[in-house]
Amino acid sequence: MKLNLSSDTPIYLQIAEAIEDDILKGILEEEAQVISTTEISVNFKINPATAGKGINLLVDEGIIYKKRGVGMFVSVGAKEKILQKRIDNFYENYIAVLIDEASKLNISKAEIIKMIERGKIK
Amino acid sequence: MSTIQIKELSMRYGNTLALDNVSLTLEPNKIYGLLGRNGAGKTTLLNLLTNKIYPHSGDIAFDGESIFSQKHSQKKIYYMMEKNLFPLGLKIKEIFKWTKEFYPEFNLDYANSLANKFGLDVSKTVKEQSTGYTSIFKAIVALASNARITIFDEPVLGLDANHREIFYKELLASYNENPRTVIISTHLIEEVANVLEEVIIINAGRIILKKSVEELLSSAYTISGEKENVDKYLQGREYVSAETLGKFKSAIVLADLQSRDEGLAKKLELDFTKTELQQLFIGLTNS
Repeated sequence: MKLNLSSDTPIYLQIAEAIEDDILKGILEEEAQVISTTEISVNFKINPATAGKGINLLVDEGIIYKKRGVGMFVSVGAKEKILQKRIDNFYENYIAVLIDEASKLNISKAEIIKMIERGKIK
Repeated sequence: MSTIQIKELSMRYGNTLALDNVSLTLEPNKIYGLLGRNGAGKTTLLNLLTNKIYPHSGDIAFDGESIFSQKHSQKKIYYMMEKNLFPLGLKIKEIFKWTKEFYPEFNLDYANSLANKFGLDVSKTVKEQSTGYTSIFKAIVALASNARITIFDEPVLGLDANHREIFYKELLASYNENPRTVIISTHLIEEVANVLEEVIIINAGRIILKKSVEELLSSAYTISGEKENVDKYLQGREYVSAETLGKFKSAIVLADLQSRDEGLAKKLELDFTKTELQQLFIGLTNS
């Protein structure tokens, strides 16, 4: 799990995203135990309320679930859920930003397409 | 439970009004940061809270009972003072032993294990400790006191980066295990910002802000770009501070998210960036 404490993204969102990334990469598999609020708090020196907010975000979305007295675990089907969510957000997070920057730099549509092809999409 | 209620508290030293009609409620089991410039009234407030001095007017109550009444016990509050008031000839292990007499919840095993982690020699006297180790042994006593309300005044004074890291981690580990009210007064704002749940900013004897750090930082932003365009954006908006560098200007705005006008900023070619707690503090307390 990796956090960038100086980034513009609020820390609790970064915590949620970092755990999601670990699930997408297969570092955390279904039914695997997730790092606890206390571990996040102590390791990254952040208030446990902040860590808890990030964890709760994932619980609310059904990506992880709580086993009483044991801890947090990755839900079955979590990876598909995250994939679908990230695809839904792909336009806004990447394409819209790309078009915005390209228009600042006066890069044409044809040039953008050429660059994407150069990027070797599989 | 240990709700602290401060009501219309004022404190005067000669002609100086150190605290000016301060009212404040601290909820139990949160980590608070008490921030203020030198002479803002932080230590006066902490001294009043711990019954070291008596206020000019106003009251402080723990769970509804005034701390200035005779029934009040000091045992549920521990105060790590910036100044060292321990006898210089006493060995650290003797201080541990004496603290246990006054604070029955003091955990001696934990204090010794912390001393080990920090590399503190408990058989040496207070006089033999460096500035850094003086802070360290005082912080250890405070951490191990297990008091319902634990106050740290400049806990990392003179500590090297490694020791500061140990301190914050141990504070959080101990707080996670045994949640209690923690008040940290410090000038090192950036490194403590993420540790805090709420921040209290005191300036010239008045509380100018008390808010959850996360809420505060999500409602603050820096807007920057060409000077004239930034001025256009700021029209009719309140801002905390502004800086101009040639034709470039940046300003810190503190407002709820709804009033943030992305469309206008885009039209004026302005950039939004995150504001750090320290920048915000400087902006709010610059006179």
